[in-house]
Amino acid sequence: MNKPIRNLAIACLVMFMALLVNINYVQFVEADSLNAKNGNKRVINEEFSRDRGSILIDGKPIAESVKSKDEYKFQRKYPEGGLYAPLTGYFSYIFGRSALENSENRVLSGSDDRLFVNRVIDLLSNKQPKGGSVEVTIDPLAQKTAAEGLEALGKGTKGAVAAINPKTGAVLAMVTQPSYNPNRLASHDFAKVQKSWEELTTDKNQPMLNRTTQQTLPPGSTFKLVTAAAALEKGVVDDVDDKIKAGARLSFGGGITYTLPNENGGNCGGDRITLEQAMNVSCNVAFGALALKVGQTDLAEQAGKFGFGTDPLADLPMNPSRFTSGDTPLEQPQLAQSGIGQFEVAATPLQMAMVAGGIANDGKVMKPYVVDTVRAPNLRVLDKTQPKTLSEAVSASTARKLQEMMVSTVQVGTATSAQIPGVDVGAKTGTAQSTADRPPYAWFVSYAKDGDDSVAVAVLVESSNTARNEIAGGRLAGPIAKSVMEAVLGK
Amino acid sequence: MTTPVWVPRKRRGAEFFLTVLAVFIGIAAYASVGLGVEGTIPSDTYKLGGALIVVAIATHLVVRRVAPYADPVLLPLVIALNGLGLAMIYRIDLGYQQVNPDWKALANGQLMWTGFGIVAFALVLIVVRDHRRLQALTYTFGFAAIVLLILPLLPGIGRNIRGARIWIGIGPFSFQPGEAAKICLAIFFAGYLVVKRDALALAGRRFAGIDLPRGRDLGPILAGWLLSMGILIFQRDLGSSLLFFGLFVVLLYIATERPGWLVVGALLFAAGAYMGYLAFGHVQVRVNAWLDPFSDPDKNYQVINGLFGLAHGGLLGQGLGQGSPNLTPFGFSDFIAASLGEELGLTGLMAVLMIYGLIVERGLRIALTCRDAFGKLLAAGLALSIAIQVFVVVGGVTRLIPLTGLTTPFLAQGGSSIVMNWAIIGLLLRISDQTRRPAPEISTFESDEATQVVKLS
Repeated sequence: MNKPIRNLAIACLVMFMALLVNINYVQFVEADSLNAKNGNKRVINEEFSRDRGSILIDGKPIAESVKSKDEYKFQRKYPEGGLYAPLTGYFSYIFGRSALENSENRVLSGSDDRLFVNRVIDLLSNKQPKGGSVEVTIDPLAQKTAAEGLEALGKGTKGAVAAINPKTGAVLAMVTQPSYNPNRLASHDFAKVQKSWEELTTDKNQPMLNRTTQQTLPPGSTFKLVTAAAALEKGVVDDVDDKIKAGARLSFGGGITYTLPNENGGNCGGDRITLEQAMNVSCNVAFGALALKVGQTDLAEQAGKFGFGTDPLADLPMNPSRFTSGDTPLEQPQLAQSGIGQFEVAATPLQMAMVAGGIANDGKVMKPYVVDTVRAPNLRVLDKTQPKTLSEAVSASTARKLQEMMVSTVQVGTATSAQIPGVDVGAKTGTAQSTADRPPYAWFVSYAKDGDDSVAVAVLVESSNTARNEIAGGRLAGPIAKSVMEAVLGK
Repeated sequence: MTTPVWVPRKRRGAEFFLTVLAVFIGIAAYASVGLGVEGTIPSDTYKLGGALIVVAIATHLVVRRVAPYADPVLLPLVIALNGLGLAMIYRIDLGYQQVNPDWKALANGQLMWTGFGIVAFALVLIVVRDHRRLQALTYTFGFAAIVLLILPLLPGIGRNIRGARIWIGIGPFSFQPGEAAKICLAIFFAGYLVVKRDALALAGRRFAGIDLPRGRDLGPILAGWLLSMGILIFQRDLGSSLLFFGLFVVLLYIATERPGWLVVGALLFAAGAYMGYLAFGHVQVRVNAWLDPFSDPDKNYQVINGLFGLAHGGLLGQGLGQGSPNLTPFGFSDFIAASLGEELGLTGLMAVLMIYGLIVERGLRIALTCRDAFGKLLAAGLALSIAIQVFVVVGGVTRLIPLTGLTTPFLAQGGSSIVMNWAIIGLLLRISDQTRRPAPEISTFESDEATQVVKLS
């Protein structure tokens, strides 16, 4: 009977080897992915008991950890409340993390590989590991100004402001209204956190939505910048003084009874007007006709070069802007409507700021970013974001022609509300229709240059207390854009 | 001239030294739990330490007295595991008490049951002076096993706890008779197979290339096994079914030396497992939890948290008292392997598995060196029962195989398990003492008495 017993011994050896290999797999190979899983309380507890790093603007925290007396040792605080919520996100025991708290978590919690040496030193000196800090690109004055501008429109206002530096892509302001106070979610009073969460997630105004990067809405007339850019790039129009088709209505022929009217039913100043004038008065017929001439493919390509369809800001939750849903082949009227930023065209405020920024930067669209510097707990710089080009959207000459038209729009067109004395300001307004039963969206896309300084701003007012017939991009959103540009340029 | 006879050394000194080490592991673990959770060494460390030392000395003396040739490694291994288990249960008690001051500590009960376990161990060694006598009681044990298995099904004393009807309760005490049935069945299988092994292996008809034994040889054991399986199915105790089935098939293979039985067993098992999967909802839940636990985080909360605990422990562990094993439901019993993995890390859990591996290896070595067939089968069966328990429960917790309920021997909280596993160690030591003891010299005419100067009465 010894031979079977020996075989049994081998079988037992195999069983134990299988157990050993398997726990090596679980505790070593799979450990990182298990630790990163949602709802892993152990990791959350550990993170909560750590001195988490700060998120800073000009050295001042907009998110920091302060000592607390309860079992978690530290309490996350957001000194500015909801003003920076779209950037910082929340750090909640029950509901996890969002925005920068989530995307920069490895640095903030101190588990980043670049902090390995710090961790070893902490271990040897028996100190609690500390997190590194993240400095963001925001201009605090611009942020505040933008928020105040939206608040001034009244209590029920929904809207967003995105400002970027056209030369680098650094995001200078990112405001959404309404916002929420992340302190409510970071509290250690979990019953209250639960209640806050329910309130915030069931609020139909979606206060936790980052409207600058996640809310895609028809950009309306501001999209005419893209149509004009495509027309100039493809040689459909050669210069801003070239005459193009205008008039009161755009008809399509071929038995289509629908015609595309202008916003106020006017005729844009003639049956043929210059491109510049079409931009100044935001002539639907002219740009609808241009879109038809440019064609769907080239228009879509131009939109893509400005960043439509991409997700360039990796640090924050973002919905890509779109020219069409999927690859819909467009009928003529749909293509004409798309050319004026209607039909299925939808863009985020950040995307429209990138359009203005690309034009202001002589055609080069920079990749937007919000994290400027990442530092170790001892302030050593671990990483500094280098500006990157996202694409060459248009040639420099086309960009200059577009600038010329945007400046003209501010001087004599629909965007006069953005004039800043002594500063080169270009802008385009937009009043986008959605459905008949809700007020249109007011858009304002602009840039300003003052010597070497420049800024591009997009403002979106989704809804406000303003009477319906008062809503127009220039009147509602223009002054906000203007004040943000002034704040950035120090005027 | 007589040929020199090889006499195994008793090795009681080595055993004592290893026991000291094992006791040290237990006491150090208890102290570090206190340090980890509360920052100070528990004030009653001397109590537990004293208790462990008394236990160690007592068991050592019992072995020295009644089984002087017994294997010297088994006992220290078991003491180390038992001490670690106590420390971990105490640690989880502290964890629960921080959240809920009314939590009733389990460690005290476990300490008491450990005491009973050691009494059972000593009783086995003292009462069973020669394991071969158990063979005479083959059918008695077989009958006892079935009675024990039926007990929980009886109304009045049977208790249904967490979906399995495997407990009996009398007053405040509850007991899992299946744990005792495990030993009884091992004795029954061993005793029966020893007698019938030739008949099972040789007599019978050849059918499709397999030698089928005669029904009258296989019948009783098959009936016994089927009955126990049937009962277990009613009790929804998958782990024990697996244990008994494995024990049955492997002992049949050892007794007959015919690997064909393993094939038949594997086929039967596969068929049974598949039918079980189709027939029972709780089996499907377990299998799904094994294949993709994260598909239903609410239902698979325990498995997922066990895995989180293991991952949290990583390579070196959080340190005793510094992880959060109390987040895993039943981290002190079914999932104690995950708790150990969290606080002692991969290295610690591997060490624990190595200890189990050594216990199984020592058991099988006893089976190999044993001179009588009954002892061989019994020792192999007992060693295998420990191997299966560890494989099934640790494999289940670490998601190597679907989770089935069995206890982790000596570590997990649970009275019946700890008492019966100590009894198993007692039996193994008894067989090994018998095995290693030099054969009594047959010398009739040279009496020692003649050379004695003073005759002691």
